[in-house]
Amino acid sequence: MAVERVTPRRSFLGLAWLGIGVAALGEAAWIVGSFLKPRQKAPQNGGSLVIAGASDAFAPGSVTAFPAGKFYLVRLADGGFLALNRQCTHLGCSVPWDEASGRFACPCHASAFDLRGDVLAPPAPRPLDLFAVRIENGIVKVDVSAPIRRSAFDASQVTRG
Amino acid sequence: MSGVKTDGDRARTVVSTFVLHLRPVRVPKAAIRFTHTFGLGGMSLVLVGLLAVTGSLLMLGYTPVPGEAYASIERLEGEVLFGPFVRSLHHWSANLLVLVAGLHMLRVCFTGGFLDGRALNWLVGLVLLAAIAASSFTGYLLPWDQLAYWAVTIVTGMAGYVPLAGSALAGLLRGGAEIGPDTLGTYYALHTQWLPALLFAGAGFHFWRVRRAGGVVVPPDAVRDERGKPEQVLFLPHLLWRETAVALLLLAAVSLFSALVRAPLGPPANPGLSLNPAKAPWYFLGFQELLVHLHPLFAVVVVPMLGALALVALPYLGFGQDEPRGAWFLSQNGRRTARLAAAVALVATPLIVVADEALLGAFGAAAGGAALVTRGLLPVATLLAVCALGYRRLRSRWGATPLEAVQALFVFLATGFALLTLTGIWFRGAGMRLVWPWNA
Repeated sequence: MAVERVTPRRSFLGLAWLGIGVAALGEAAWIVGSFLKPRQKAPQNGGSLVIAGASDAFAPGSVTAFPAGKFYLVRLADGGFLALNRQCTHLGCSVPWDEASGRFACPCHASAFDLRGDVLAPPAPRPLDLFAVRIENGIVKVDVSAPIRRSAFDASQVTRG
Repeated sequence: MSGVKTDGDRARTVVSTFVLHLRPVRVPKAAIRFTHTFGLGGMSLVLVGLLAVTGSLLMLGYTPVPGEAYASIERLEGEVLFGPFVRSLHHWSANLLVLVAGLHMLRVCFTGGFLDGRALNWLVGLVLLAAIAASSFTGYLLPWDQLAYWAVTIVTGMAGYVPLAGSALAGLLRGGAEIGPDTLGTYYALHTQWLPALLFAGAGFHFWRVRRAGGVVVPPDAVRDERGKPEQVLFLPHLLWRETAVALLLLAAVSLFSALVRAPLGPPANPGLSLNPAKAPWYFLGFQELLVHLHPLFAVVVVPMLGALALVALPYLGFGQDEPRGAWFLSQNGRRTARLAAAVALVATPLIVVADEALLGAFGAAAGGAALVTRGLLPVATLLAVCALGYRRLRSRWGATPLEAVQALFVFLATGFALLTLTGIWFRGAGMRLVWPWNA
């Protein structure tokens, strides 16, 4: 009788230890994970908003680099604005604008993009990401807090003043 | 005067007792032949030790902050006596360690060293190999030069193609949207604390498991007594002297090389100016080469996953019961089939790389869903079919045992991947186009 009682109690205690052990491991993993997770950048007042300048200052069909904001401000031939992330969508290299050929040509793996950021040559899988552009009182402002992914260019992405 | 002990004798006794505490008293004579293992496991340990010593020295002069890191390396190189030498030693022994540990894995595989109760240790070895690659990769970023910055950009960009978790994983590896102070801090901590701890603990366990299994695999030509036990020799001096000789020769060779060839240091990292071509560290260039040919999902996720799965599953496939093992490539027929597999891969891989380059040039890469099939499903399914057919043919036509056939497939795939890596290192120039090494 006594023997029958001891065995289930032992196995219960064993199971309990195992459960506590697993829980402790999980907690440890959680703590490590929360340390490794990218920290959110504290939003400084207007820090993510880049004032590009007066909209008249950009000629139609021009590309202007903003190294500090890590984007290109593109004014299309029809006068609309696009802000293109300079990171290649293939593996994240910085893409320079090549004025002579009129395309963004990635030096790393030969991807190429047109003025609107659409893919001209693979291996890039999608067009260059966008940043939100707004025009207030004739001043172009670009919000560089989060790049916007897209699968192709369409007219709704263009901001007009 | 025999029987009287001097202090020297006593010290010798203490040392040899300690050595014998770590190592067995007797070892099989045939297993200590240098060409049986080429001392690759021991060399890895020596290199890890050398890396710990040189790394600890470098830590004294290095500042892990983006604005300071590059300047601190320059100061180390310019102002510290032996600064360039110690950094070169660390750099070259880290590269050599990736190579030696990789060759060690191949040696264990090709002598059947994952069989007979060594399955767990094979897995531990795989974890150690991954830890070595991770150590080397996290260290690659620390000089904060152009080479480091763009190599890490490329590799973390590859992680972004993992389905669903991709951008989260890339963010985790970068410590944010872009490589910056958080990335450098995290990599420094991983490189100098976490990974070394894992390596030392894992290596201790790894060596202990080898001893538990009765030492390294004994070759079949060992002289055996009537009970089948292989002829033994004393560890001290026979094996210890060989090990010491290998360790000293290795240290001398790495030191000489580091004294003559400096570790590279490019211009400081410039996030606005990508290198052309931008390449990952050499041990990841096989995957970067795959990226040229396959859809990213297949190059970065499917193929590496299949490869890792095959390596992990190798000891559990149930092959190798009552089959020859211990000798290089298992047996006479094993050597024959391995040569055949290597020859096929040596011919086929360059042909496929060149043909695909021509194909890409003529038609361009397919986009979207079509690419998933033509540059993913189709080539990978073809490769798997070739392996399956090859296995059957090796078994029926070449008289291979199951283990020999699996080994031949392993040789085939490993040779192919090695050639892709070499293509990435030497035959890819600006814009990742194929070039001759002397034109690059």
